[in-house]
Amino acid sequence: MEQLAFTCLSVFSLACALGVVLSKNAVNGAMCLLLCLAGVAGLFVQLHAYLLAFILVLVYAGAVVALFLFIIMLLDMQGGRTWRFKGMNALAGMIAAVLLVTGLNTLAVRGRLGAGPPMGHSAGSSLKLYSYQLFTTYLLPVQVMGFLLLIAMLGVIVLSRRAAPGEDAP
Amino acid sequence: MTPSLEAYVMLSAALFVVGFLGVLLRRNTLVIYMCLELMLVAATLALVAFSRFNGTEDGDVFVFFILTVAAAEVAVGLAIIVALFRARQTVQVDQLDSLKH
Repeated sequence: MEQLAFTCLSVFSLACALGVVLSKNAVNGAMCLLLCLAGVAGLFVQLHAYLLAFILVLVYAGAVVALFLFIIMLLDMQGGRTWRFKGMNALAGMIAAVLLVTGLNTLAVRGRLGAGPPMGHSAGSSLKLYSYQLFTTYLLPVQVMGFLLLIAMLGVIVLSRRAAPGEDAP
Repeated sequence: MTPSLEAYVMLSAALFVVGFLGVLLRRNTLVIYMCLELMLVAATLALVAFSRFNGTEDGDVFVFFILTVAAAEVAVGLAIIVALFRARQTVQVDQLDSLKH
């Protein structure tokens, strides 16, 4: 049963990821990204990371994809070719594909990832566990993230401001 | 029967490869950016799977931070793309070649 759900979710996410890459229209791509994120959130649920699944849907599907859709519809992007297969690009793509296939093959053939059964966290109290970790072990990173968000906010305000006449554009 | 760790890692690698191909082969800056997000999510999936199969919380907490940074990154990146579009009236990467010698 769990295996079946995993297979369905993984095929779904992979198909939607391919949809992001292959769709000609950027709006369709964003919709495929949304579905792919939903699939990944389902996989998180299977891994018993319920809170992370919730946050993924909230932050990614709710905020990030919505922002993408806004920008795609704001900027008119018709015209121009969709793909680039030229000289260096095709070569780089081929080399990257060979490297990635080699790596995957190594992982599949020789990988010993400690294939034991999943060890459970104490399910149900995961929010408590996360907050305990965040406020003890990871207190400094949390502060740094706060500053990062603040700086990103200021950066966005500066970038999206229209330049006043007689002033250089940012 | 539960899926193994290898299955999760392979799936995450496959998602990463798809995103990577998108970054290499597409021309539209926004689509490239969406593919970057896809790669980030693939890495996130691997982290959560490792964390689950090793019985630790550290991978999950790390995913929190990745999500935070991704949100900030998307905001700044899209602001840059909009500024770029205002200046150049295009978001196709092959027309944004002012820095080419």
